Amino acid sequence: MQGKDSNMTKGAVTAELRGLYAIWYRELLVFMREPSRLVGSIIQPLLWLVIFGTGVGSIIEPGTISGVDYQQFLFPGILVMTVLYGSLFFGLYIILDKRIDFLKEVLVAPLRKSTMFFGKALGGSTDGLLQIIILMVLGAIFFGIHFTLLSIILTFIIVSLLLISITSLGLAIGSLMDSPEGFGLISSFAIFPLFFLSGALFPVRNLPDWLKTVVMINPVSYAVDALRSVILGITGYSLLLDFSVLIIFTALTVITGTWAFKRIKL
Amino acid sequence: MPLIQIKNLTRKFEDFTAVDNVSLDIDEGEIFGLLGPNGAGKTTILSMLATLLSPTSGEALICGHDIVKNPTQVRHCIGFVFQDPSSDDLLTGRENLYLHALMYGVRKSEINRKIDEGLMLVDLTDKQHVKMRKYSGGMRRRLELARGFLHNPKVLFLDEPTLGLDPQTRESLWIYIKKLSVENKITIILTTHYMEEADKLCDRIGIIDRGKIIALDTPFNFKKNMGGDLVSISTSNPDLPSLEKIACITQVKYEHDLLSLTVDDAGRHLQEILAHVGEALKVEIHSPTLHDVFLKLTGKRMREGSGGGEGGWMTRSMHAGKR
Ligand SMILES: Nc1ncnc2c1ncn2[C@@H]1O[C@H](COP(=O)(O)OP(=O)(O)O)[C@@H](O)[C@H]1O
Ligand SMILES: [Mg+2]
Repeated sequence: MQGKDSNMTKGAVTAELRGLYAIWYRELLVFMREPSRLVGSIIQPLLWLVIFGTGVGSIIEPGTISGVDYQQFLFPGILVMTVLYGSLFFGLYIILDKRIDFLKEVLVAPLRKSTMFFGKALGGSTDGLLQIIILMVLGAIFFGIHFTLLSIILTFIIVSLLLISITSLGLAIGSLMDSPEGFGLISSFAIFPLFFLSGALFPVRNLPDWLKTVVMINPVSYAVDALRSVILGITGYSLLLDFSVLIIFTALTVITGTWAFKRIKL
Repeated sequence: MPLIQIKNLTRKFEDFTAVDNVSLDIDEGEIFGLLGPNGAGKTTILSMLATLLSPTSGEALICGHDIVKNPTQVRHCIGFVFQDPSSDDLLTGRENLYLHALMYGVRKSEINRKIDEGLMLVDLTDKQHVKMRKYSGGMRRRLELARGFLHNPKVLFLDEPTLGLDPQTRESLWIYIKKLSVENKITIILTTHYMEEADKLCDRIGIIDRGKIIALDTPFNFKKNMGGDLVSISTSNPDLPSLEKIACITQVKYEHDLLSLTVDDAGRHLQEILAHVGEALKVEIHSPTLHDVFLKLTGKRMREGSGGGEGGWMTRSMHAGKR
């Protein structure tokens, strides 16, 4: 029930920005207060790298996948997995916040609904970025991943786009649902194809055509492809295509998320 | 012009009418109480006024802004202390206030001063750096009160500010509410199902039952209209004819050595009355309470304390800020 907004004065813009900062900062504070959340979110991807990476790696000649070990090949895919699971489930918190009156404290603030939404989305994305940074450090130390300044910057940009879009998707689902169980059901349905049909676990090049097509339709594939190209130098689609798809995907999910957030059911 | 104008406000949940055609004007500076049992529709009214919920029909203006057409402007004028816990358990009291100040547009140069002031008024200065999960129910309530006042709203909604607290904590909270409202000179709509709370805090009370405002007056008038105080005197030989002639006595009943009188302002006329009752063994004066008012208006007692209809504060507070 957003009314028409009057022209924004400079003071009003400052007020919105400070509100945005507050909502973002709260998410970060809460995240940092619970180290178990950070540790927990790192363990799963590490297990995948160590166990799945070693297991599958043992049945593949070293260096046969585009000249790198399977574990290294897997690394960008695991970054994407971390983003998918962490960020989509971030939307669950909005449902938990709905059960008490905390969300109302935000919704009654004299801010635009889009500001509130962005604050939440950026907060969730920052949580995710912290996880990714830790994984990158561990990847460089233990899994032989070589980063350059350029590849670090590009990785951050790609990961951030994906974080914002998946967080927005999670927030959209969280805004429209009212039970955690319902949220779990819908997001499991969403995550499964997004992850397994993204080429995160296997190269796309030699797949049969029908599967190749499915992978091509999945926007997450372009994040996997971009990361693999930036971090490992393995090229699939062009980077230009990757970035175009990711930017469009981010825009669409943010629009969807804002739309859903404005219709939030308390 | 009244600061808050409500006209035929109605809210339905499917077939159920939670708020039924409520009209109300509230003046600047007033502390207005919505008194009614659980499920009467109090929270639903406040939620609509605070633009959290859209009305099914009717309208309301707050500080001249329409709650449906200009929700953002409305939110610029209001503050809300919610019925259920609404602060972050993992953050400290001060952090919760700081985030509120940023979101609700407190001027940067004033943030720290306002927070210090608020903490002092509710006596939480020494607990400000403690995480809220360690706060007692009363402390949490006090912090949320201070938070509601923090950004100097023109209108403040207090939804059951003392629900679920023990009587002593409740009384101390009333003092804080009084103090804060005097300090900030703001208009308050308060909801409660405690008669005493409405009596102590409010300039005017609207009694609400099943979504309808069934009576609207000052606490004083409510009680006055009940027809005066009830005086019971144990005595064996009262002078009934002369008692009936005393102007302030409206009703005389004498049964089994017990004399029951209905008297306007019994305190002032007690001397005169006792002169005509002979030897009085025991005298009791019962002034009408809002309980009596409610009973008379609805024909039923208002249950206090127990939670019906909604989740129950204590169980819900257990989830506060858990994440
Ligand atoms: N979101 C909702 N959906 C369905 N019914 C609701 C909803 N919110 C409130 N109600 C119902 O409306 C009535 C009034 O509720 P409420 O305003 O919370 O009462 P109060 O605050 O006076 O205790 C209750 O019967 C309650 O069950
Ligand atoms: Mg209520």
